[in-house]
Amino acid sequence: MADEQKLYSIWVYLQAEPLFWLTLTIGAYLVGDYCYRRSGLFPLFNPVALGIIIVSSVLLLFDVQYERYFDGAKFIHFLLGPATVALAIPIYRKWDLILNHGRAILTTVLLGSCFAILITWGLASLFGLEREIVLSLLPRSVTAPIAMGVSELIGGIPSLTAIITIITGIIGAAFATFTLDLLRVKKMSARGFAIGLASHGIGTARAMSRNETAGVFAAVAMGLSGIVTALIVPLMIFLLQI
Amino acid sequence: MLQSIFAIFLFQLVGEMVQKYFALTVPGPVIGLVLLLLAMLASDRIGNKPAAQLKQNLVLTAETLLGHLPLLFVPIGVGVVMHITLLEDQLAAVLGVVFIGTVLTVGFSALLMEKLQGRGDDNG
Repeated sequence: MADEQKLYSIWVYLQAEPLFWLTLTIGAYLVGDYCYRRSGLFPLFNPVALGIIIVSSVLLLFDVQYERYFDGAKFIHFLLGPATVALAIPIYRKWDLILNHGRAILTTVLLGSCFAILITWGLASLFGLEREIVLSLLPRSVTAPIAMGVSELIGGIPSLTAIITIITGIIGAAFATFTLDLLRVKKMSARGFAIGLASHGIGTARAMSRNETAGVFAAVAMGLSGIVTALIVPLMIFLLQI
Repeated sequence: MLQSIFAIFLFQLVGEMVQKYFALTVPGPVIGLVLLLLAMLASDRIGNKPAAQLKQNLVLTAETLLGHLPLLFVPIGVGVVMHITLLEDQLAAVLGVVFIGTVLTVGFSALLMEKLQGRGDDNG
């Protein structure tokens, strides 16, 4: 009994401290990474998805509030900002290659972003979703802060958009490789660009961890499609009378 | 290492300030990315020695920071799982839209990009 109480008090202490949640987050990700490698790079076993599932299971199992977890894990979350800035460095290193493909990049980002918005609108209408949810879905391919801003502007629900955006990223990270292999797209620049355009930072992170050229093109696509989408979504709503 | 971390933080800070000042929808770190890129391209033209050294430092720091980029998305992803009930009975339809839409967008963009690039090497 005394031992149990002792364990309990340790647990109470630990869950109030960042250390436990930081260790859990990194550990879950490493387990995910290990499973991914062991499975022969099977797309569903990607490290982010597995890491998220493991951490969420622990939280649900021990009935821990997300806010408490995030209070510790926010130190990892914080690094997203500096990591985004640091993407400038690989882009700088591949700058000549990017300039060489300038026209292909601009055309693809314009048409690809329009495609992403239209296909989302078409499918959402087909599935009979409510208007507010359709609006929240439209900017889902771009990085969460931009998507949320657009969502608010057009009358969607920003917090719902944030959730949908992250899901888009995880699906992109998990299934892009498979899709691109199926379509026999060989060029790393085209593969990366498509991943960044369709699934923003999470897709870019994934591309960057596999191939530098793909990662750089993903980062460029993520930045440009974010800007293009912010401008195009309101215009499309006006034209399509959504 | 410390100089390059300082430089990255500084550019993010400036990016955040620019974003707030002009009330832009583009996030601060993305503005920081663009500014850092411009600074590095500009310093190539001037070509001074400390800048070249800092750039070498930055390459190493970026490798460390970007090596496990997906890890940084775990905390926010957990938030999605914990708040998924917001979608209630529309969850399946939303997941369907997102899955089909994302896969089709990846395919469309990649095929278009590859077509536009024509032949030629991309490992430069």
